[in-house]
Amino acid sequence: MILFERVTKRYPNGREALRAASFSIDRGEMVFLTGRSGAGKSTVLKLIAMLERPTRGTVVVNGQNLGALKSRHLPAYRRTLGVVFQEHRLLDDRPVFDNVALPLVVAGASAAEMGKRVRAALDQVGLLGKERMLPNELSVGEQQRVGIARAVVGKPAVLIADEPTGNLDPDLSVEVMKLFKRFQDVGVTVIIATHDLHVVHEFGQRSIVLEDGQIQGGAETPLPSMTATR
Amino acid sequence: MVGYLTHHAQSLVGSIGRLARAPFATALTVLVIALALALPLALSLFVSNALSATGGFTGAVDMSVYFKPGVTLGQVQQLARNARARAGVAAVEVISADAALKEFQQYSGFGTALQALGANPLPNVLHVRPAAAASTPADLDGLRHYLSAWPEVDLVQLDAQWVLRFNAILALLRRVLGIAALFLGAGVLAVIGNTIRLEIQGRRPEIEVVRLVGGSSGFIRRPFLYTGMLYGFGGAVLAWGMVETAVLVLQKPMADLAALYGSSYTLSGPGLAQAGVVVASGLGLGWLGAWLAAARHLRGIEPRA
Repeated sequence: MILFERVTKRYPNGREALRAASFSIDRGEMVFLTGRSGAGKSTVLKLIAMLERPTRGTVVVNGQNLGALKSRHLPAYRRTLGVVFQEHRLLDDRPVFDNVALPLVVAGASAAEMGKRVRAALDQVGLLGKERMLPNELSVGEQQRVGIARAVVGKPAVLIADEPTGNLDPDLSVEVMKLFKRFQDVGVTVIIATHDLHVVHEFGQRSIVLEDGQIQGGAETPLPSMTATR
Repeated sequence: MVGYLTHHAQSLVGSIGRLARAPFATALTVLVIALALALPLALSLFVSNALSATGGFTGAVDMSVYFKPGVTLGQVQQLARNARARAGVAAVEVISADAALKEFQQYSGFGTALQALGANPLPNVLHVRPAAAASTPADLDGLRHYLSAWPEVDLVQLDAQWVLRFNAILALLRRVLGIAALFLGAGVLAVIGNTIRLEIQGRRPEIEVVRLVGGSSGFIRRPFLYTGMLYGFGGAVLAWGMVETAVLVLQKPMADLAALYGSSYTLSGPGLAQAGVVVASGLGLGWLGAWLAAARHLRGIEPRA
């Protein structure tokens, strides 16, 4: 599903965020990307979302070699992804419904379809009934869940999240992670960058540990029931 | 397809809403555009009114052929037949000395004074109108030579000089109009482009999110193009209104002035065609200005992560 092959990313300032990193993630897997700040977690997500291009190496997502993706096909590719940020990145001047509907508007969905799917997504994150509220009328945890609803409303094959619990207290963090787990249960590939090791241990999913731009110690599979992936 | 059209409608409505939420800024921009469009429109009206006030070119180059005293009306009519037969002559009208005197008594206000004269001092006259196709300065000169060669003729008066000058002035004005339209059109482009640039900067977070969720460049550009066209449309309609108002204000004094010259000429405002050209220019310039700004400034906006 997702394949990094000796991927190096050097930023214009000379910093090497990734150094010949290789790993793969299976379809429908839920994986934590861990490591210290600056270890390269965000860079991995940026490369998947095509917010950056690798300096060297190959990134393949869903059978698509991103290095060969033409920029006019980039919007269509991004529609197959759901992206969640630490700061929720909602549009403050629009109600929850419009925020969540944005990926569908972009994809040209009909109004009827939009209403149905936005409500379904809000229902999944437990915010049905708050669709007419503005984002800053909601709590931080609720805002983050609106962001998640926006990421999943387009039924993406891959869901990536960068420190989604960074601003949340432990209880809310667990709640949000459970939400991600539910999307994995319905077949979505989920990749979560986090430094919250407590949560990582609690959920017992495989984690990819990054240190100084390199993968550490291969892939861990803490739960025996999980099928090992390389 | 339905979703696509829906998005067009939403972009338009959204653009209208955004403009309406900042009425003062919108009004200023529209006013600047209107002034830039009103000037060429007013100039083109000036040219078209000047043309209709002078009755066009062909009617203005009549030649008056004055005969020597003692030439009889019969001779004059014979010569008129000769003149009619000549190529390049559209019409020949005989004005007898008697008819001319009667008309002069009627209109000049010298009626009683003229009655005191023993004999009619006026000569017989021919009005020769050249054909429109034969109205070049050389043609007119040739015709004048032909007419003045008749021994009965005293004087051939050709008022072509002022017509030629007038037409040269009109040609110059048309050129000035073209240049002004070009410069002011560029000004409209700059105003709209700059306004759209500011709006793009103000909506940067939104553009980043839309890019992130897979909005195409066309999708992101669309609302800005509608905003540009709305500015252009608003400016054009306001320009038309301003010029129309100016014409209405000037109509009465202009008619009074024309009446003093014995003319029933009235100032005419921008017709449907001229209004259409202005509105189309406004829409086109608005679209182009917005497109240029979007092409230039949207490229740099990529989502942060």
